[in-house]
Amino acid sequence: MKLIRRQTPDLWNWSPLGRLTTVRDEINRLFDSTFGDFGRGTELFNGWTPALDLYEDKDNLTVKAELPGLKREEIDISVQDGTLVISGERKYEETSKDSEPYRSERFFGRFHRTVALPKPVLSDKARAAYKDGILTVVLPKTEEAKPKHIEVKVD
Amino acid sequence: MSTLTQNENRTVNGIAADQRGYLSPPVNISETRDGYVLEAEMPGVSKDGLEVTLEDNELTIIGRRPSDVEGAELVYRESRPRDFKRVFELDPAIDAARITAKIEQGILRMDLPKAERVKPRKITVA
Repeated sequence: MKLIRRQTPDLWNWSPLGRLTTVRDEINRLFDSTFGDFGRGTELFNGWTPALDLYEDKDNLTVKAELPGLKREEIDISVQDGTLVISGERKYEETSKDSEPYRSERFFGRFHRTVALPKPVLSDKARAAYKDGILTVVLPKTEEAKPKHIEVKVD
Repeated sequence: MSTLTQNENRTVNGIAADQRGYLSPPVNISETRDGYVLEAEMPGVSKDGLEVTLEDNELTIIGRRPSDVEGAELVYRESRPRDFKRVFELDPAIDAARITAKIEQGILRMDLPKAERVKPRKITVA
């Protein structure tokens, strides 16, 4: 990522403490340009962690992951021992030879998310769809995991 | 988790809570000799939910997406169920008439070409 340096005219900082002010300004600017929206700050340290939501209805568990800008082949999904793993890699494509990055906020590279499934599922009946950058994985629950209606007998 | 659903149902000044705040989509902007390329990440936004407007030098991008009501119970959420909005002030060198936009798998890609006269030209010295 290229940092854009702003030229500060020397006249502005003509004072004994002038030097220190510019260094502090530079550091502030460094943080401004790197961190942007603070809500995403933690993601910077972990690489790319796409957001996941988990839903449950009486027949299925549904996992939705926000994975914009991928191709189907770039996403790997597997279910094992009650754990769903979604992983893949988003490759950075240079749009053209002479393009200079002006602002760079998107993440690229490998991602890997693991979801512990709260109910047992039939992994061979799982289906996944990828639309508008959202991956939806539907995992049908096993018969034992579905809610059972228990008749109450009144004598 | 329960406080999250409370906030979403509450209205603030008559405006539905989920219109109250927009998410700012992350963007990549790159510059070439001929213009700029802007890529904004808006997962869940399709062509119908996209609104791009240009007024003077201000480009506004709004991406609306269905707030997920599935008929299923939400167990765990990490995503933020809000629409996207971001405003940019454009370099006046950009030729507004030739701006194009396309959205694919949640990525909006815009081409903002520079006006012809602004491109670096060689001036031959007689």
